[in-house]
Amino acid sequence: MPKDTGIGASNKRREDVRFLTGQGNYTDDINLNGQAFVHFLRADVAHATINGIDTSAAAAMPGVVRIFTGADFEAVGGLPCGWQVTDRHGEPMQEPAHPIIAQGKIRHVGEIVAAVVADSLDEARDAAEAIELDLTDLPAVVDMKSAVAEGATKVHDDLSSNLCYDWGFVEENKDAVEEAIQNAAHVTTLELVNNRLVANPMEPRVAVGDYTRHNDESTLYTTSQNPHVIRLLMGAFVLGIPEHKLRVVAPDVGGGFGTKIFHYAEEAFVTFAAKQIGRAVKWTSSRSEAFISDAHGRDHVTKIELALDADHNFTAVRTETYANMGAYLSTFAPSVPTWLHGTLMAGNYKTPIVYVNVKAVFTNTVPVDAYRGAGRPEATFQLERVIDKAARELGVDPVELRRKNFITEFPYATPVAVEYDTGDYHATMDKALELSDRAGFEARRAESEARGKLRGFGINCFIEACGIAPSNLVGQLGARAGLYESATVRVNATGGLVVMTGSHSHGQGHETTFPQVIAEMIGIDESMVEIVHGDTSKTPMGMGTYGSRSIAVGGSAMVRAAEKIINKTKKIAAHLMEASEGDIELKDGNFSVAGTDKSVAWGDVCLAAYVPHNYPLEDIEPGLEETAFYDPSNFTYPAGAYTCEVEVDPDTGEVSIERFCSADDFGNVINPMIVEGQVHGGIAQGIGQALLENCAYDENGQLLSASYMDYTMPRADNLPGMGDYVVDHSCQTPCTHNPLGVKGCGEAGAIGSPPTVINAILDALHSGGHKVDHIDMPATPARVWAAMQG
Amino acid sequence: MSDISMTVNGQAVSGQAEGRTLLSGFLRDTLGMTGTHVGCDTSQCGACVVHVNGEAVKSCTMLAAEADGAEITTIEGMANADGSLSTIQQAFQDHHGLQCGFCTPGMVMSASALLKENPKPSEAEIRAYLEGNICRCTGYHNIVKAILAASGQEVPAVAAE
Amino acid sequence: MYNFDFVKPGSVAEAVAALGNEEAQALGGGQTLIPTLKQRLNQPGSLVSLSGIAEMQGVSAADGVLTIGGAVSHATVAAQAAEAYPALAALASHIGDPAVRNRGTIGGSLANNDPAACYPAAALGSGAVIVTNGREIPADEYFQGMFTTALDDGEIITGVKFPIPEAANYQKFVQPASRFAMVGVFVAKYESGVRVAVTGASEEGVFRWSAAEEALSADFSADAVPAAPEADGMIADLHGSKAYRAHLVHVMTKRAVTAAS
Repeated sequence: MPKDTGIGASNKRREDVRFLTGQGNYTDDINLNGQAFVHFLRADVAHATINGIDTSAAAAMPGVVRIFTGADFEAVGGLPCGWQVTDRHGEPMQEPAHPIIAQGKIRHVGEIVAAVVADSLDEARDAAEAIELDLTDLPAVVDMKSAVAEGATKVHDDLSSNLCYDWGFVEENKDAVEEAIQNAAHVTTLELVNNRLVANPMEPRVAVGDYTRHNDESTLYTTSQNPHVIRLLMGAFVLGIPEHKLRVVAPDVGGGFGTKIFHYAEEAFVTFAAKQIGRAVKWTSSRSEAFISDAHGRDHVTKIELALDADHNFTAVRTETYANMGAYLSTFAPSVPTWLHGTLMAGNYKTPIVYVNVKAVFTNTVPVDAYRGAGRPEATFQLERVIDKAARELGVDPVELRRKNFITEFPYATPVAVEYDTGDYHATMDKALELSDRAGFEARRAESEARGKLRGFGINCFIEACGIAPSNLVGQLGARAGLYESATVRVNATGGLVVMTGSHSHGQGHETTFPQVIAEMIGIDESMVEIVHGDTSKTPMGMGTYGSRSIAVGGSAMVRAAEKIINKTKKIAAHLMEASEGDIELKDGNFSVAGTDKSVAWGDVCLAAYVPHNYPLEDIEPGLEETAFYDPSNFTYPAGAYTCEVEVDPDTGEVSIERFCSADDFGNVINPMIVEGQVHGGIAQGIGQALLENCAYDENGQLLSASYMDYTMPRADNLPGMGDYVVDHSCQTPCTHNPLGVKGCGEAGAIGSPPTVINAILDALHSGGHKVDHIDMPATPARVWAAMQG
Repeated sequence: MSDISMTVNGQAVSGQAEGRTLLSGFLRDTLGMTGTHVGCDTSQCGACVVHVNGEAVKSCTMLAAEADGAEITTIEGMANADGSLSTIQQAFQDHHGLQCGFCTPGMVMSASALLKENPKPSEAEIRAYLEGNICRCTGYHNIVKAILAASGQEVPAVAAE
Repeated sequence: MYNFDFVKPGSVAEAVAALGNEEAQALGGGQTLIPTLKQRLNQPGSLVSLSGIAEMQGVSAADGVLTIGGAVSHATVAAQAAEAYPALAALASHIGDPAVRNRGTIGGSLANNDPAACYPAAALGSGAVIVTNGREIPADEYFQGMFTTALDDGEIITGVKFPIPEAANYQKFVQPASRFAMVGVFVAKYESGVRVAVTGASEEGVFRWSAAEEALSADFSADAVPAAPEADGMIADLHGSKAYRAHLVHVMTKRAVTAAS
């Protein structure tokens, strides 16, 4: 029976009421008294020397308060990078300065060259057009392989080359992998592109800076997934404001998908400028601006080799990837192609030895950083594509080839430094095949062919490392931050609770799901629990929401804090009932003494803590408020198997998804409705990557897909219909190392779906006399048609 | 600047607007009704959809001056008179048809316009009608389900156990 | 946007007078113009709204001709032309999205002559007559390359007259992002012969595919559609090559003929 309360219940979301009635409070809805507006003059060339900037005419325009250029920021810190990668030779990565406003040189289209603060946004824009730039154009560096070739133009003059790092993992295994490949019975090689994407949360970024002179306090309202991280980075590294004088608020945030993790120049600018001019300063990104200023995602060019023995056991995997960093290092950019990518290259398989080489490259493009899945989609895509190709080359069933190589015993230490705690890959494969009715595929293919269409079936398995992350481990790997999470549970005198969490909800529904956990633990109604998040002045230091970590890490912190509360209330209850603490049981919101009919209600115990007339004051403090910081001991490892059936129109190359099934293992599930919603969203983004989305530059570094006119966002009619779409999470192997047994579900869909779709397309393109071995994403009609022409 | 008057959610309102003031800006900045959102500048995302004289319109692609004298309905005017959620709003909550909530105002306004035109749309008709509304969170699945449910049609139950 | 004055005349005569002012520009539904203004690609001194002019409204059919007012929205054409000219109504019902169709107008679309717009294919494919405040312009003379028409400065499209064909169909293969036509083919069969107009494909904007017209006038069947036209002169962009667009012209023409037959 489905539960109707607590863990496992599909509770309706409480946050929906405000969103459905227009009462949400997004950053752009915040207007402060006397606020000024900033318009950023952004570079329209990819690479140039700035010889001079003349702002005199612009400064005299109506409404202009002040114009800022790079010169105003010479004494201000640049944007810090939060992760240092060490290269194959033990050297630190090359790390260029990342100015708030361009200093002497423009390095990508969209870089801020000047900022006009005015009484109104229109006046700021009008004035920005009167700024005169004296530029000398330089050749743009766009293609990654050319960027690292001898004699290439350098993006950063003070670096030795455009190579940020050349990373090898596991470097000690390099020769052994070479040997395994030499000795293999069969080696399948595949070169592919993981297409650059733009995250495109529907709410563009907004930042409002404020400064109050009487207490010397700065406040930043921003569209962030992690306000504490922004406060730390901006306060400590950019503006030199101590945390106690800086408040960062991320109110309702309209989607993030990774791109709202990072600390951006605009946030630092409005905070800085507000203090300079003594007025609040507001910036609202347009969508066009978002395309050239939000960090992009993916953009890997990869060669992968899979070695197999005569029995089709995988014996080694070797990959070489060029990863685009863009012009500067965004906050967590270096970690994405390395530790979030290389560590997943074993996949669901027993491959004994793996070598991953990644060359991170600077180009004159927008910085690239984490986007939903971050590194793990890139790992999954290449591995699952090469396995499918191997199956075709060997003439074996792609399902059986995967099954033969599945990891089946847990815990399992991979050759790429992680230990999977639990999983059952055969179970998710069985489930996916059952849901997809693979047995009936050939009949459906024949039916399609009768209508002149090609039909294909694609399968894919994936694993991800989520619940990011153990701080001591990531510290060794180069993270310049801890990745614990925090929660304060405050119980009010009449028994209601407020949970202040470092996790941040920007669509995930924490305000609904977190109370389900507390309600289950105490046995009270969920309506007695309120969640507070997104304000550094209200929540303990927390690292925010990304990497499918909210419930696994933030939820665990909340559980730990709630356990402290429960332990304390049991002590109080024992005192009130004159019983031994060890005999106290908490159930359905009542404390009872085992073996007696004595009981005291939750609310009475809470009241006693705040009105401690009859209270063990000599043993415990009054009040009921506890904080916990939870640092996980391992990642979590959600895994699954996805299937996709496509139909290809050979006349136009158009691909339609006829059926899509996902079988995920997320461990325990708090709210199935919300989990399924997360999977739907992830799969839509994955299908978007596979079929539609393409962030493309021309050779001059101009963004070709710079608006929704050219960047294809998935729409309702691009996705499979209700009867042809099943998301399942019934295979559950609970995580063994966090208190809820949860693994996280936010990224799975985006990781698991792209190779599923492409494998299905290639299966279709191996029917009807066609033999197409590879197609790059997005598989647009034009590309599919061209591939079919040979 | 000129004076613009209109009826918004049944209330007569007026304010000053430049020629270039968009209806979305007039609603958000002049009237302080921030329920209507702006998610793009090429008239594609549909977060800004409102009803003008009963028709769905992208308020970021209509001048405020063009709406002088018009009857406007925004997301703030969609709940029942007693403040409870309307059938469409309730269906969105019941079927988890929203996540971050940013595209939601436009989705609800488009859904409402659709059901006025076509009280029992098929799934394909709903998907086609939502061509001008982009959602990045939900994959549309539950939005489509919510609209089917709001039209009184059978839909699969929420979330299997 | 740059600022501008907003004028809303009540008659064509007033509109023409208002457009006589320097840097005045007509505003139809604004569904293309307003996004353009947002990018500051255009700086009119005043915008003259055509939405309040009663004489530019209305859809009516008489004597084998469907007449549509220049300020009629796509949604209205979709609804009111369905009986008289179903292929045209179907075309209108797939322009943009529902909210865009409620504002966008036929006159605005034809005046703009976007190379990927749908209406130019219908007008050229039907041999329509573009009626302005001063004259009547046959479609064959009206379209003069992308974003270029026979309209003089300040001239307003007050209506369009479509000869109603025996059979017609429009097939649009959408550019996946903008959902404008990557290739749109309008086929119309008249007693005098078949007209085939292609939008989206050519660097010269909408054009008549004469080889197909000749073949289809002789034999109105999908099998009669000639091989794809020359790829030279087709648009190449992120979404498709010249060869792909040329190929789609062939495929969409066949589909239009099949649907119209």
